[in-house]
Amino acid sequence: MLLALVLIPLIAAVAIFFFGVPARMSAIVAAALNLAIALFAASSPDTVKISLQVLADPNINLNLALYDGMSTVMMMLTAIVTLAAVFSGTCPDGREKLWFSSSLLIAAGAMGAFLSTDIFFFYAFHELALIPTFLMIGILGRGDRKATAWKITIYLGLGSIVLLAGLLLAVNQIGSFAFEDLKAAGEHQNAIALLLLVGFGTLVSLFPFHSWAAPAYASAPAPIAMLHAGVLKKFGLYGLLRVAMVVCPDGLNHWLTLLVWALLANIIWVGLVTISQKRLDTMLGNSSVMHMGYIFLAIAALIANGENHIALPAAVLLMFAHGISIAMSFNLVDRIENRTGTLEISQLGGLAKTMPSLAFLFGLVAMASIGLPGLANFAGEVMVFIAGFYGWSWDCCGGQLGIIQIATIISLWGVVISAVYMLRGYRNTFQGPLVKTTENATRLTLIEKAPAIFLAAVLLIVGLYPNIILQLLK
Amino acid sequence: MNPWLLFILPLASAAIIQLGLKRHAFFSSILSTASVVATFVVTLMLFNYKAPEGVLPYDWITVGDFKLQIGIQLDQLSKGMMVVVTGIGMLVHIFSLGYMKDDAAKARFFGNLSMFMFSMTGIVLATNFIMMFVFWELVGLSSYLLIGHWYQKDSAADAAKKAFITNRIGDFLFMAGILLFWGISGTFVFSEMAIPGAVSSCLLGVSILCIFGGAMGKSAQFPLHVWLPDAMEGPTPVSALIHAATMVAAGVYMLVRFQLSLGADLSANFAWEVISWIGGITALLAALMATQQDDIKKVLAYSTLSQLGYMVMAVGLLAGEAAMFHLYTHAWFKGLLFLGSGAIIYACHHEQDAWKMGGLFKKMPITSTTFIIGTLALIAFPLTSGFYSKEMILEAALHHSHPTFFWIAAGVAALTTFYMLRLVFIVFFGKARAHGAEEAKEVGPIMWVPLALLAIPALVAGSLGAKQLVPHPGFAEVAPHIAPHAGLALYASIGSLIIGSVLAYVFYWGKDSETINNPLFKVFRNKFYIDEIYASIVKWTQDLLAAIAQFVDEFVIGSLCVGGLARSATGLGNIFRKKFQSGDLQRYAFLMGIGSALVIYFTVFF
Repeated sequence: MLLALVLIPLIAAVAIFFFGVPARMSAIVAAALNLAIALFAASSPDTVKISLQVLADPNINLNLALYDGMSTVMMMLTAIVTLAAVFSGTCPDGREKLWFSSSLLIAAGAMGAFLSTDIFFFYAFHELALIPTFLMIGILGRGDRKATAWKITIYLGLGSIVLLAGLLLAVNQIGSFAFEDLKAAGEHQNAIALLLLVGFGTLVSLFPFHSWAAPAYASAPAPIAMLHAGVLKKFGLYGLLRVAMVVCPDGLNHWLTLLVWALLANIIWVGLVTISQKRLDTMLGNSSVMHMGYIFLAIAALIANGENHIALPAAVLLMFAHGISIAMSFNLVDRIENRTGTLEISQLGGLAKTMPSLAFLFGLVAMASIGLPGLANFAGEVMVFIAGFYGWSWDCCGGQLGIIQIATIISLWGVVISAVYMLRGYRNTFQGPLVKTTENATRLTLIEKAPAIFLAAVLLIVGLYPNIILQLLK
Repeated sequence: MNPWLLFILPLASAAIIQLGLKRHAFFSSILSTASVVATFVVTLMLFNYKAPEGVLPYDWITVGDFKLQIGIQLDQLSKGMMVVVTGIGMLVHIFSLGYMKDDAAKARFFGNLSMFMFSMTGIVLATNFIMMFVFWELVGLSSYLLIGHWYQKDSAADAAKKAFITNRIGDFLFMAGILLFWGISGTFVFSEMAIPGAVSSCLLGVSILCIFGGAMGKSAQFPLHVWLPDAMEGPTPVSALIHAATMVAAGVYMLVRFQLSLGADLSANFAWEVISWIGGITALLAALMATQQDDIKKVLAYSTLSQLGYMVMAVGLLAGEAAMFHLYTHAWFKGLLFLGSGAIIYACHHEQDAWKMGGLFKKMPITSTTFIIGTLALIAFPLTSGFYSKEMILEAALHHSHPTFFWIAAGVAALTTFYMLRLVFIVFFGKARAHGAEEAKEVGPIMWVPLALLAIPALVAGSLGAKQLVPHPGFAEVAPHIAPHAGLALYASIGSLIIGSVLAYVFYWGKDSETINNPLFKVFRNKFYIDEIYASIVKWTQDLLAAIAQFVDEFVIGSLCVGGLARSATGLGNIFRKKFQSGDLQRYAFLMGIGSALVIYFTVFF
């Protein structure tokens, strides 16, 4: 059954690209089917582990399983965002094959990566998903698409190679690919940790390896931006939690100070960069980089104190919430451009008058991103902050705050920064008097609203009842 | 009667309006009003409710044995506050039926009011700090939505944004304080809080001050007070309910709840003294600013700031009883004053400049009478409700070792009398100075009945006494019990009333334009230029920093480092391209994927 989660989008992608089956319909059916299977797999207590021999070497089999709750959550995230993504964006005429097969290929790759139980396929599936991302930006992207595509190809390519080096070094130390055999490496922990931090970090846009993200998301067609920012980017965080935390806990601890500086730069520095953005799409792209900082904060808290049992659920919950909310943002921002022809904030205004439901949905996701209670992101963020202070008390450490506590307090300033840029963006796009670009904007049709409403419902459900995710992580 | 009804009724109303009734303005307004009336009735029925174990909390977040819960704390303090919130809420809803009758987005307005009622209920009934923070934020959202009700007006949209962001600065401190205090007492739950004896007073003080930061945002204390006057861009009923009576008092309520939870552990700490100073400074500055405002709502807004400063000062003096008592009486008479100003503005064709009114007493007798009753309560005229509560704060200040607070309080009392009587003289007496005021006539019963109903507690709420609001034994041990008696506080109170009245009479009785023109008052009129100072600070720091960050990000990191890498790699790629004749990106990417896979495969297996 888990195999189907990978095979369905893969087969659909191949069928669309090579055999000319109706692209949109097949993609929708495949995505819907995937979501149904994922829901079933998540709710059934013991899902069968799949084992297949796909390579010549009999020792290396494709093993797919819900390794633990974290895989289950990521599987759900992938399935949900995929379904929303195939409904998103406006495909240029004659490009349906490429458009939909790429989206499905990314979905298949992400699903494979999160369901793999060994490092080899975990890595290979991710690379599989990256290729269509590059292609779609290079071929159907907006703006200076060739340059952007080159930039992220090289950037993520280099990141992947550094990552590969780290993973190989780790495997070399441990002598096995399988997740279940992973243990703390005997030697070279510091080297492995640094390679993994830089490698995974680049893929998650950890400062200073983040500058690919905003232009890439601004250029990418909506479904690609949704799938990459929402799902594929979480691969790096997942990898850090799944592999790095087990293989090199001491090594990561060695680099903790560096990681804390980097994540604070993600939140504060990139936050300030976000404020200075003049376009909605680059603003959202940068905000997604900024919010990675909070997840890194949870990871740092876990590195500093392995007993911190709030940190991991906090990180995973926020990964999920961010995935949903950023996908919804890119979906909506694409609709704005579709109706007004521009994403320059200074050229927009008063859109709430002509497109009230778009304004409502965008306001909702803006509030989610700001961290408003009742929506999923807040639950994740507040848990991250609590994780930052978990285990600290006035009588330990001589009454001094530790590095994680100080980082937590500085990170809290991020809630002000995100309110500043999000509300400024919202104010200038949707409020105030109507302007030339917005006065004739037509309302969204129900089918155009559908993906955002779907994602909004997920944000609301998880926000009101975060235990629906947390109980998977027991 | 299940206490959860207090949440369910307003939430259901907000949800139904948002999801289904957006196009049915009339039904929305009726539904919203019915829900708040029902909530008020439930509140009254719960007044003698004594079964806290009967209220099962909702487990919001569970990780192992760590739990964050949404519960209900029904005690004397929260019940008293609920009466204020739902009582004034009910009257404001009814008043709005008239005031917002012709508004194009009436359904949205009432939906947001219900949303506010839900959020405010959460703050009042919160059992722990995280729950309070959750609803704290939701109240912030409701306030944002309601200030920005007329979002197509630039001024309203800007005011809403400013309110939210300024509050967020307070929330930043609040969350930090909650976390620090968690490290001190080991719990978020109010009923379990305790301060270990050995904790350093520095750490404790910092955490208390951070928590106070939340109150500074929500209750608009200096230096975060700038959002409240701008918030008057919202419809006047919103100003009455949210920005005068209830939400802005949430900061004071939170602090009192916090002090009550500490009970006997509540000890002298430098933090409380700082809080008193902030409150005192806010009270004084805002009162000075109020003396020179012309917009009737702005006068009331600065007056609200000033009175909130009073309450915060009382909290800092460890006289939570006095603070809560003043909060309680202030809510009724300030709600009355705002609704009254709404009726006047409505009658004068949406004119807000007091100098363009005049002579309204004869044309709008009911509104005028109730407004004057509210004014008397605010200036602490003997035997009105405000007299008792202000007296209590004066007493508390007098008993404090630092006499400055007492003189600040007395001075503010005189200023309050001065600016309120100035307003009353120029609005209700003399002759009409503009077309709108000439044509003004009494508003309909849907608007004056709430005014009349509010006038009753404005007069008599003082007889209730503070004991009924904050009866906590631990509290009374710390704060010396205060009963009004003849003494310096009483003389100061009466004295400032007389001084303020005489000055207001001399300067403004029968005048048609501003009579005070000196440089000092110009500073008051311009609110000490604080807004301008902030604007330039924001401009020169935040924007500059953001621009530098953008520059470094884009050019240094983006172009030089990574771009350089990209260029050299592109060069390398070109060589390969020529070698392998594969001219396009697709193939390059594809080869790269294959390559990576092969690299792993060969490195590991051969």
